[in-house]
Amino acid sequence: MRSILPVLTVVAVIVALWYGAAAAMNAQWVRDQAARAGTEVSLAQILPRTMSQERPVLPAPHQVAKGLWEGVAGQKITSKRSLVYHGWITLSATLLGFGIGTGLGILLAIGIIHNRAMDQSVMPWAIASQTIPILAIAPMIIVVLNSIGVSGLLPKAVISAYLSFFPVVVGMVKGLRSPDAMQLDLLSTYNASRAQAFWKLRLPASMPYLFASLKVGIAASLVGAIVGELPTGAVAGLGARLLSGSYYGQTIQIWSALFAAAIVAAALVGIVGAIQTRVLRRMGMAR
Amino acid sequence: MTLVFLALVTWVVTLVLNVRISRSAFSETRIGRLVVPAIFGLTVLLVWELLVRGLQVPTVILPPPSAIGARIAGSLPVLWGDFVQTFVKGALSGWLIGCAAAVATAIAIDRSPFLQRGLLPVGNFVAALPIVGIAPILVMWFGFDWQSKAAVVVVMVFFPVLVNTVEGLAATDRMQRDLMKTYSASYAQTLLKLRLPAAMPFIFNGLKIATTLALIGAIVAEFFGSPIRGMGFRISAEVGRLGLDMVWAEIAVAALAGSAFYGVVALVERGLTFWHPSQRRQR
Repeated sequence: MRSILPVLTVVAVIVALWYGAAAAMNAQWVRDQAARAGTEVSLAQILPRTMSQERPVLPAPHQVAKGLWEGVAGQKITSKRSLVYHGWITLSATLLGFGIGTGLGILLAIGIIHNRAMDQSVMPWAIASQTIPILAIAPMIIVVLNSIGVSGLLPKAVISAYLSFFPVVVGMVKGLRSPDAMQLDLLSTYNASRAQAFWKLRLPASMPYLFASLKVGIAASLVGAIVGELPTGAVAGLGARLLSGSYYGQTIQIWSALFAAAIVAAALVGIVGAIQTRVLRRMGMAR
Repeated sequence: MTLVFLALVTWVVTLVLNVRISRSAFSETRIGRLVVPAIFGLTVLLVWELLVRGLQVPTVILPPPSAIGARIAGSLPVLWGDFVQTFVKGALSGWLIGCAAAVATAIAIDRSPFLQRGLLPVGNFVAALPIVGIAPILVMWFGFDWQSKAAVVVVMVFFPVLVNTVEGLAATDRMQRDLMKTYSASYAQTLLKLRLPAAMPFIFNGLKIATTLALIGAIVAEFFGSPIRGMGFRISAEVGRLGLDMVWAEIAVAALAGSAFYGVVALVERGLTFWHPSQRRQR
């Protein structure tokens, strides 16, 4: 709680810097307009005009807030201009992909800890794949899946799944291995089977690791869904809003879509974090 | 059909081989640790090749690895040009600027606990956001050439490195700082001789995360507009022409560049933080 004041200060500084930058970057356009009209403008006249342009270089914070508000509350939810509509399309792809990726990731991790051959052959590749810019293949997956007749939600979800898959594998393997030798020995003195050891010791012990990688994974899933919307030619979704905004120079639209994406990301990570706190507290693992 | 059968046979044979090796003592040696994943990787390539040829998958859906290899060998100048444009000009310069700025900022706010308490949550928050979305804006500001890509990379790598550096600078013990104080060390001396070295493992953690982000940022930014070269441009252009072997060739180059970049940073880390427990050789 004691960090609320510093955080607010930092946010206030950022907003102030933003207003300053908006004034500086949009002033040129005002001067050009005045020069074209053959009039002189004073600094006091420039400033208000930099804050209310139709297509500013950098929209002022209140313009973005207005764009965001109009996008969320000013439209019908089904309207093509509603950010809720686009946000939902992106969110559904994100969640579907995240579910698939996490499920497969946990399954592979279970396979890896129970099978030495699998561990030694797959694990180095799983770790190496984290250094690879996987997002680069997003357009290809979309086009290839389109060409074999799969379109809509699934191609984007595949990209999301792929991005959340590897963090979950690596985190879960670490987590399922986290019980130390003493605890594993205790279970073997109880004559516990491998399945019992898994359900009663390994799985509960892996929860903190699982949630840490779920947070990384869900953020990556959202990025994947947004980037996956770029090559489809801007049909629907937050990524499509970004792309069409950049085609037509609608800077306010880009910034509103960006903030909508940021809010969705923060909400998703926040939800995972809240579940984490509750689960770990119920399990007696909260610090 | 024989090729499909052959693919299955290859899969089973190498699987048995890998299980055998991983159960023997050989897998504990250094070579054994490399051989098992290498066999697995080769198996995947081989099965891919045989299945694509056996099932006659059209190359517009999935080209066989041999075709990709031939494409790489046949268009080295193009790939090299794209690599220089995207990696050297876009990703590398952005990575250097962003990381330097982040470390400098962390040291600048280091003296104010107030700023640190405020900046850490904000930094953590921003690090989780889909920052690639800022690409169209920066492309608008800085033009189509590599400067806008470098700008995207700067923004993407800044916060992870900043958060890690701030955490690292706080990683010294009270005891160690007290010792420096009894030596009557100045702030600069404490920073240079104790706290920066102690922060190195954290900083390198941030730098390694940033290597992947840098390449992603540079490639994705090219989807929003770029001159007629660059990996991201080539990928989106060739996808449009259904030249999937070229796309895979670019992906192979991106994967190689990404792993090499990461590897180089990890090597530098091993050299600079040889004293840290995580760098000790495991027995």
